Amino acid sequence: MTAIEILGLEKTYKVGFWRKRPKRALHPLHLTVEEGEIFGFLGPNGAGKTTTLKLLMGLVFPTAGTARLLGRDWTDPEVKAQIGFLPEQPYFYDYLTAHELLNYYGQLSGVPGKDRKRRIDEVLERVGLTDVKGVQLRKFSKGMLQRAGIAQAILHDPKLVFFDEPMSGLDPMGRREVRDLMEQLKHEGKTVFFSTHILSDAEALCDRVAIIHHGKLRGVGAVADLTSSVQGKVELIWQGTQVPPSMKTLGAECHVTGDTVRAVLAENQQDAAIDALRRERMRLIAITPVRTSLEEYFIEKLQQAETSIGSTA
Amino acid sequence: MSARIVHIASNTFREAVRDRVLYNLIAFALLLSGAAILVGQISIDIKRLVVINLGLTAVSLFGVVIAIFIGIGLVSKEIEKRTLYTVLSRPVRRWEFIIGKFFGLAGTLVVNTFFMAIGVFAALLYVSHKFARPDALVLVALYFIILQFLIICALALLFSSFSSPLLSAVFAFSLFVIGSFAEDLRGFAGMARGPTRWLASAAAYLVPNFSAFNVITSIAHEQPVAGQLVLHNTLYALFYAAMALSGAVLIFEHRDLK
Repeated sequence: MTAIEILGLEKTYKVGFWRKRPKRALHPLHLTVEEGEIFGFLGPNGAGKTTTLKLLMGLVFPTAGTARLLGRDWTDPEVKAQIGFLPEQPYFYDYLTAHELLNYYGQLSGVPGKDRKRRIDEVLERVGLTDVKGVQLRKFSKGMLQRAGIAQAILHDPKLVFFDEPMSGLDPMGRREVRDLMEQLKHEGKTVFFSTHILSDAEALCDRVAIIHHGKLRGVGAVADLTSSVQGKVELIWQGTQVPPSMKTLGAECHVTGDTVRAVLAENQQDAAIDALRRERMRLIAITPVRTSLEEYFIEKLQQAETSIGSTA
Repeated sequence: MSARIVHIASNTFREAVRDRVLYNLIAFALLLSGAAILVGQISIDIKRLVVINLGLTAVSLFGVVIAIFIGIGLVSKEIEKRTLYTVLSRPVRRWEFIIGKFFGLAGTLVVNTFFMAIGVFAALLYVSHKFARPDALVLVALYFIILQFLIICALALLFSSFSSPLLSAVFAFSLFVIGSFAEDLRGFAGMARGPTRWLASAAAYLVPNFSAFNVITSIAHEQPVAGQLVLHNTLYALFYAAMALSGAVLIFEHRDLK
């Protein structure tokens, strides 16, 4: 089943104080996310990621278009009982304790009283806030607030979770924990849609990603597909610090790092290079095809977007 | 009433309590104690008059200030701090949020007024040494004050749904002042001619008529309040608050939370 179906959602804001002029934040967006996927929504700051999420959450109204979440109209309030949302840089009622905050959100989400206490304890444990559950949020650090935000998003056991920049404000340990949590959610059958501009997170986690820039969708696909465009090159790594002389004639670019050498050369020269290493009695460690990284793909798409804007201007 | 409205209202009340809004009761208690001790020095006949006048006026003013300064931030603060995002992304309708906020603030003011009322009666007891039958009329004045608060809360919420806190405060306070002189405005409209008459009449009937709620002086002079006025003021306050809340809901239902 399709978890998210965005059918031409677009948003134009009116800006300016006196003579209002239109500013398009999101061009018509068509996107589908399947149930059980971890989907990364990538783009630089100001690309339209948060606008898309706000449209899906009903926080802003679209200029045109519609969407379906979990097979139902996205404006249906009851569908929201199945959805969790973590806004970017969340700010909560700071006069509440973490436990009180979750209790309030549990009440609003319709979690029955007897289940609520158990669920609150479970999610506090899951995000590592059990020890501070009685502390008012005004005393929380940025990272702790982010954890509280994640806790409120998954409190009511939603089928579909939206995270807007979930790693923001977290230290490396915290980022790792959030990545693990997202993977756990996937294993539990949940659909996770998260926006980020940290590509390594997306590459490590996502089944599919979409790239958005200047409010337009620039590319969408499985991470493996986007990064599998072999450029006809292979990478060889061997032990040692010496480079056989024949490597240069094969056109290999060699870099010595510590006690290993990394060489990138044309795929059709691979066998000759291996023979050269054998002749020199060098120990081959790895041969891998060179792939476009998600970062390279991302930069390429952004550059294409800039070029198309430049040519239309 | 929807359970979500009750939860939003109780959270609003909790916010007011934790933000030490009820600390105003200390200032009120000090003011009233000081006044009671001071009037102890003057003629016995006017002690009661002074305590009722001063006490009820203070109840009204303290409440109006709280209603305006909390009310104007009820929606705009939630948008500015983005606390609303995690509320409205749940199965909470926008109108439920507005109504919940209204009841939360109204509840805060009722509790605040209850404690202040205890203070007024304590001061009365201090200066008169016993309660007399006309003292029960103070309860009517307090009821009218609460009705006024309902209107002010709804108006503050209405302004908060589309304007900045500063402008909302200016609008709400201006309406309170103009509304307190609504009878004079109606009198002026009756005397005016031409377009001025139309404008003055429209303004007089549009602004809340707070002067009809002010029975403090007549109660201090032990004059009874007509049952018809109680009924009229009750219906008027409920109607006016409902209209203002409907306006707030209508605006908020279509507002983008940027």
